[in-house]
Amino acid sequence: MSGYVIRRKVGEQPLWQHGSPLLGRLDIELTERCDNDCVHCCICLPEHDEDARRREMSTAELQAVLTQAAALGALSVRFTGGEPLIRDDFEELYLFARRLGLKVMLFTNARGVTPEIADLLARVPPLELVEVSVYGMSAQTCESATRCRGSYEEFRRGVELLLERGVRFVVKGALLPGLAGEVAEFEAWAATLPAMDKPPGYSMFFDLRGRREGGGSAAEPPAVGCDVERRNETIRRARLSPADGVRFLTRDRERYLKDMREFCSKFMRPPGDKLFSCGAGHGACVDAYGAVQACLPLRAPQTTVSLRGGSGGGGEGGSAAEPPAAASAAFDTARLRYALTEAFPRLRETRATNPEYLRRCAVCFLKGLCEQCPAKSWAESGTLDTPVEYLCEVAHEQARDLRLLEPGERAWEIEDWKVRVERI
Amino acid sequence: MSIALEDVYKPSEDVVAREIEGEIIIVPLVAGIGDMEDELFTLNDTGKAIWDKLDGQRSLADVVTALSPKFAAEDGTIQRDVLALVAALVARKLLTRA
Ligand code: SF4
Repeated sequence: MSGYVIRRKVGEQPLWQHGSPLLGRLDIELTERCDNDCVHCCICLPEHDEDARRREMSTAELQAVLTQAAALGALSVRFTGGEPLIRDDFEELYLFARRLGLKVMLFTNARGVTPEIADLLARVPPLELVEVSVYGMSAQTCESATRCRGSYEEFRRGVELLLERGVRFVVKGALLPGLAGEVAEFEAWAATLPAMDKPPGYSMFFDLRGRREGGGSAAEPPAVGCDVERRNETIRRARLSPADGVRFLTRDRERYLKDMREFCSKFMRPPGDKLFSCGAGHGACVDAYGAVQACLPLRAPQTTVSLRGGSGGGGEGGSAAEPPAAASAAFDTARLRYALTEAFPRLRETRATNPEYLRRCAVCFLKGLCEQCPAKSWAESGTLDTPVEYLCEVAHEQARDLRLLEPGERAWEIEDWKVRVERI
Repeated sequence: MSIALEDVYKPSEDVVAREIEGEIIIVPLVAGIGDMEDELFTLNDTGKAIWDKLDGQRSLADVVTALSPKFAAEDGTIQRDVLALVAALVARKLLTRA
């Protein structure tokens, strides 16, 4: 008899014969603080924000969360932030997760990759690709995005250390004006990296701040006006215009059309009034302060479950999704199970009530193409069901480019959308 | 390396074995076992039954004896299976001699 031990690639072959576990992967924001201060960032707080540091989950709390994730069957955990490497206990947490048999996906700007961290990642491989964010291919372009002198040099040094030690990583670009002028150089460099088997991805239609309070930075000190509004203004300025965004997306027209044909036939249809048609709540994320979220960007307190009990984990007050035991202030990882089995299934049934959403998004066939979602709606307007005008324009620009819409047409008014989608 | 029935084996400290939804998933811990992303090891049903008995206490002969009531197979078949699995696990550095 042969084949007792089977080497498997997760995702290529079904792993589970008797039903899949409750949790596949847990995303954890180890901190919202970051050593960069990127103009477009929807999360970052200053590296030395003591108030944020105090409120963050402790090492022991994070270890309890990891233990619970493994008990719920998770195969991997994503460490993100903020910048995960600025936590003093990063190495301890990384090893703890790996010893639980979790694979670790690390999102980083690579500035904090020291020889010790690179050695650790080489000796105890994460078993997932490290993902490095890139903001520019020169000090000038990179630091116009990060607003931190020396960040480019540290990023290059971090990347060199990963390469030297053979740690496999991919890169992802932030399409800000600096990197936008260096795309050819960036992609040529990315193609030389051992783990890059396809062109890099980009973040480009930037989200506004996920929290609706706080969030000053060295470049935008809290003393001046409303921090969030100031930072949001900066993000809006960093956004590509819808036309430029679509030009970038379609720069390899043949590949774009091939992808879109497949995508549109699968996902383009009016969603009705159910707000969550995505995967939110099928998995879970834990923010830096112990709030379990249905997806990484969705911070609305009424949608989160705090592991700390009492009021909301995310630092914005209480949560309507709290389990009955929430009165206790003890850190209780059992609430992760509660979120997955009770709070999130209920959340996924949420229906829109905003008349504007019902008039537009609920009957809009571009919904699959459009990035509007409850998280982005919350960031932009403080409700879960408001159309996001910027994303609406981007989706309409894309639809016009694909000849799904004629100039002047609004997607929610189109009745023969099925015929149009088939025509692509 | 030859594998003898009187030898005692245990899971390597360089891997973490987890039981999730009835499956044994063996996750490499250190470099050199299965470093590529998304690579894990699982065991088929026979492999799982044998793995459960490889506790660093029993000899392989004891493992064969312990499995005999469970599998309606001739002793020779179980013995062959145990030796073959142990050889495969040792080759992949998932198992070490106790
Ligand atoms: S394109 Fe506009 S109307 Fe349609 S789903 Fe997006 S935001 Fe709503």
